[in-house]
Amino acid sequence: MRAFSYERVSAPAQAASRAAEVPGAKFIAGGTNLLDLMKLEIETPVHLIDVSGTGLDSISDTREGGLRIGALVSNTDLAANERVRREYGVLTRALMAGASGQLRNKATTAGNLLQRTRCPYFYDTAMPCNKRAPGTGCAALGQGAFSRQLGIIGTSDACIATHPSDMAVALRVLDAEVETVTPAGASRTIPLDEFYRLPGDTPEIETALMPGEFITAVKLPPPVGGRQAYYKVRDRASYAFALVSVALVRQSDGSGRVALGGVAPQPWRRAQADAALPDGANAVMSRLLDGASPTEENAFKIQLAERTLAGMLAEG
Amino acid sequence: MSPPIRFEMRRRTFLVGTASAVVAANIPWRANAQPTSLAGPERSTFTLVVNGEPRELAVDNRTTLLDALREHLQLTGTKKGCDHGQCGACTVNVNGERINSCLSLAVMHQGDEVTTIEGLGTPQQLDPMQQAFFDHDGFQCGYCTPGQICSAKAVLEEIRDNVPSHVTQDLTARIEATDEEIRERMSGNICRCGAYANILEAIHQAAGEPT
Amino acid sequence: MDFNQPADQNLFDRATVVGKPHARIDGLLKVTGTAPYAYERHDVVAGQLYGYPVGSAIAKGRIVAIDADAARSAPGVRGVVTTLDIEPLGIWNYNVARLFGGDVVEHYQQAIAVVVAETFEQARAAAALIETTYERDAIDVDLEAGWQRMQGTGEPSTQVGDVDAAFDSAAVTLDQMYHTPSQTHAMMEPHASIVDWSDGGQMTVWTSSQMIEWNRQALATTFGIEPDRIRVESPYIGGGFGGKLWLRADAVLAAIGSRALGAPVRLALPRPFMINNTTHRSATIQRIRLAAGADGKLTAIDHEAASHTLPGGRGENATAQTPYFYAAPNRRVIHHLVEMHLPEASDMRAPGEASGLMALEIAMDEMAEKLEMDPVEFRILNDTQVNPSDPSIPFSERHFVECLREGADRFGWADRNTTPGGRREGMWWIGHGMAGAYRGHLNLKSGARATLSNGRVIIETDMTDIGTGSYTILAQTAAETMGLPMGRVEVRLGNSAWPVSSGSGGQFGAASSTAGVYAACVALREQIAERLGVSDPEFSDGNVVAGDNVTPLSAITEELSAEDSINFGGFQTEDYLMATFGAHFVEVAVHVATGETRVRRMLAVCDSGRILNPITARSQVIGGMVMGTGGALSEELAVDLEHGFFANHDLAGYEVAVHADIPHQEVVFLDTVDGVATPLKAKGVGELGVCGVAAAIANAAYNATGVRVRDYPVTLDRMIDQLPAV
Repeated sequence: MRAFSYERVSAPAQAASRAAEVPGAKFIAGGTNLLDLMKLEIETPVHLIDVSGTGLDSISDTREGGLRIGALVSNTDLAANERVRREYGVLTRALMAGASGQLRNKATTAGNLLQRTRCPYFYDTAMPCNKRAPGTGCAALGQGAFSRQLGIIGTSDACIATHPSDMAVALRVLDAEVETVTPAGASRTIPLDEFYRLPGDTPEIETALMPGEFITAVKLPPPVGGRQAYYKVRDRASYAFALVSVALVRQSDGSGRVALGGVAPQPWRRAQADAALPDGANAVMSRLLDGASPTEENAFKIQLAERTLAGMLAEG
Repeated sequence: MSPPIRFEMRRRTFLVGTASAVVAANIPWRANAQPTSLAGPERSTFTLVVNGEPRELAVDNRTTLLDALREHLQLTGTKKGCDHGQCGACTVNVNGERINSCLSLAVMHQGDEVTTIEGLGTPQQLDPMQQAFFDHDGFQCGYCTPGQICSAKAVLEEIRDNVPSHVTQDLTARIEATDEEIRERMSGNICRCGAYANILEAIHQAAGEPT
Repeated sequence: MDFNQPADQNLFDRATVVGKPHARIDGLLKVTGTAPYAYERHDVVAGQLYGYPVGSAIAKGRIVAIDADAARSAPGVRGVVTTLDIEPLGIWNYNVARLFGGDVVEHYQQAIAVVVAETFEQARAAAALIETTYERDAIDVDLEAGWQRMQGTGEPSTQVGDVDAAFDSAAVTLDQMYHTPSQTHAMMEPHASIVDWSDGGQMTVWTSSQMIEWNRQALATTFGIEPDRIRVESPYIGGGFGGKLWLRADAVLAAIGSRALGAPVRLALPRPFMINNTTHRSATIQRIRLAAGADGKLTAIDHEAASHTLPGGRGENATAQTPYFYAAPNRRVIHHLVEMHLPEASDMRAPGEASGLMALEIAMDEMAEKLEMDPVEFRILNDTQVNPSDPSIPFSERHFVECLREGADRFGWADRNTTPGGRREGMWWIGHGMAGAYRGHLNLKSGARATLSNGRVIIETDMTDIGTGSYTILAQTAAETMGLPMGRVEVRLGNSAWPVSSGSGGQFGAASSTAGVYAACVALREQIAERLGVSDPEFSDGNVVAGDNVTPLSAITEELSAEDSINFGGFQTEDYLMATFGAHFVEVAVHVATGETRVRRMLAVCDSGRILNPITARSQVIGGMVMGTGGALSEELAVDLEHGFFANHDLAGYEVAVHADIPHQEVVFLDTVDGVATPLKAKGVGELGVCGVAAAIANAAYNATGVRVRDYPVTLDRMIDQLPAV
């Protein structure tokens, strides 16, 4: 971990402006992913802006009947929130499928969105990685590389990493929006489907955020109702990243929404796949995963995603 | 028969090459170079309230809460198992919540109330959870044990506070301290010796004690 | 004390302390966080500096240059020693790769430099500044290719009868391939040491080691100094599982740093570095052929296996149990070592049998099915009371059949569904499986010192407690022998200043070291008798009783001390085969859509001689069952064939079992004693617990789904394309 200087800020706009002013600065709140990466020098900020005192730790109702979730609300508090449990159950389910109790107490809503991939090659600085060190190559696509956990769609020849968040998959299926403040003090709203960038030739650029831009909240539209479920498939029963996860909102008429985790560099959802939900899991997946590019090791995720959704639909 | 999902295998490449004796400089491949001069001091002075006692620390900003406890305050009951949030051995209680102290900077805990295993009890006067682990042989090598005990106490409180878990069936009902709930909630504390079954019994015993 | 014939009736047959449940005497320290582990010894020496290791970024080749200038001038850095700065260090008997020194790289993350600084943060940051230039050699780390090259070659280690003829004439045969992956110990405490070698004279090492004397000898060989200049302490060890049998880079780098800087140095291996820097259990490829008559009696067993190793190493001999476990007149066993430059393959809990039984016990399940026999009955039918490869040698004790029957009875085996895929509850298929367990038993010479002081007995030995319960069972042994209550026995372990013991490994520790403590206590009793001028007294209730003469031990004011070792005679291995046995029964659920397998119920029955303390022994066995569950369902070191390393080298990527993976576990110990083994008639149990567990789970998954998976771990991707549509 490189040496860094440290400051606390008390207001969101101050956070953004300081981040733009100080070269090599990064925000820190929960720190559960950033410190992990700093210890390995995958992240090397020289200045940390502690935003935990910016007061963004409450959940409130919006005028439209939705929910505004402060950027600093912990994963535990978000999952335990009465309205979330009652009206956005898929979000509670997804949050509780992630990490551990200890990590969820620290991890924040914005930090969860911004967590970086768990690709083992991204995590090993002796290995080439276009995301960590642009232009060095993708070790995960090497001959005989280990890619079982990695992405099958939305990936590129430069990077096959997945976004590891469970929470983001539920937010995607709920049509969440990300609210930010820019270094100039302007606020803007980014729909979650525009928030994550696909890797293409620049896998190091992961989101639509501009330098210094600071997430203040995540907004949920009014509840969509329906039966909400999140199924996370993993080798061990807990405390593991997803092989595949499925967020499902299903209305009584059979219509609904589906998003996938563990398969792509972003929570993966397609409108035409949602539309096929009444026709069953195969119809959904043939649209959602059309044109996938798996490796021999992770091609099973295609069938797994379909079977997982089929199981969820069979359960009623 | 369902229609197949169309896909094509991604092409793989040789990165290393097969030639022998290739000379290669290996600079660890990290992110783009950052400025080297800092915008402020790289050390900080602050106070933690550890096991009820204010403790002033003047440390490198990089010092984690875990290393502040183990190396600076020499409270070595809190363990470093992985230093990356992957094992739970470093679990402590901060302001009433359990966290992994390895993934938290000490400097961010100015004024916080930190409770470690040393703050729970002593060999002469055990906390009921410590007594329960002792009674049920809820450990073997003992290295994950302080983290397990700190976590277990918090788990019972989280259940009392009706915080849901991955295995909670009905998100709107009152949650009970069932085997399944305890197992799931304790899954962030790895015990490689495999004392889980005994830890479960210990937590049930402690759950029955008045608090 | 020489142990040259099987034990007769003795005091342990009427024991009141040994064999009884007793809470761990080190337990209060462990539950309060006050047991000091290696890296926590702030108190032992002042002025400790922090060391941080740097590992090789390539698997094989030569280091051309190391640029450590930036590291040397980094804040707080007191010094850097690179592998190019010193001559190649010596390599001790059981180490394979050189731990440090010279320009040759033998595996990824082999230590190539150590940075010493005033703080941990400074040392870690400086280590990242070191730049290395390598000459990279081509590598081949493909075990499958090695197997293809070596299959059918070489001399069998066991060859009995005519295997080929037996297969030709057999009514039923089986010929299958099985794969087990590399596994890592993943003990919770990383390898860590504090070394004070400041003056270049005496070296003191506070470390985390299963084997104090091996560690001391290895340090002596590595640094070319006399062993008597080295003191090693390791009173508490945060798990080992074989990973801490050997001297590793933590102690070596700390010693080098200490010598170079003239100050004590503390160094722990960072977790992401540990998996490739230290040892692991090798992957195996196994071909098993079984032949049987229509009556179900095995007529031939042919087991050929391969594992990987660095040149000159031992690999993982998955055929370890095959010469002995089941009867069959014809047998061929061969193990191939495939040399390659992955990190160092070495011993992990039940080396050999753990991997071998993962395969053999699936094969037995498959064979039972082919024979249309119950897998329990099939194993009972093929039991043997003698070494089947040399029938003149009997097992000292073997109660495998009782394990099977007792387990089947308690588990409700008879009530299970026998049609694969035939039982479903909601979204889960339910299956049951079982497997046999076998682990050889051996003893090592073990010494101790027993001291009578103010009516208390103090036991000192370099024996270690790696979570096994050594402190407690040694106290029980001394209490029993000296006729004292547990509260008047103190046990001091893990210090090379004390008599050399067996150490902890190979499940030899408990049996060997308790016998050693017994020997020392007997020697102390003789001294006491001599001191009191009585002959052949009884020691009971804190008194020395000789006829009417009753002397409380507390009345002996003089401190008396005796040291002795147990020496195990050749009869144990010349006249007998010693082993431990068990049977595992499990119930699993496999998700009908995803193929995820979860264990719902586990039962083990063990036959391993006298159980010295049923609490700690049970903990050992349930721990083995947990490790076996991880091995069955999730543990796999993933090899990158191009770069030659284990890619998932942390505890997020390498998934050991977590609490939610483990259901209710029941352990039954048969009331068996083995007088051939030790005066206490005890054998090991800590490794038996992991043997066969994974196969029982794999067999249960087959019973649940009808899909037979022969490659571990039994993950959903290995069966999903064979599962019926949802």
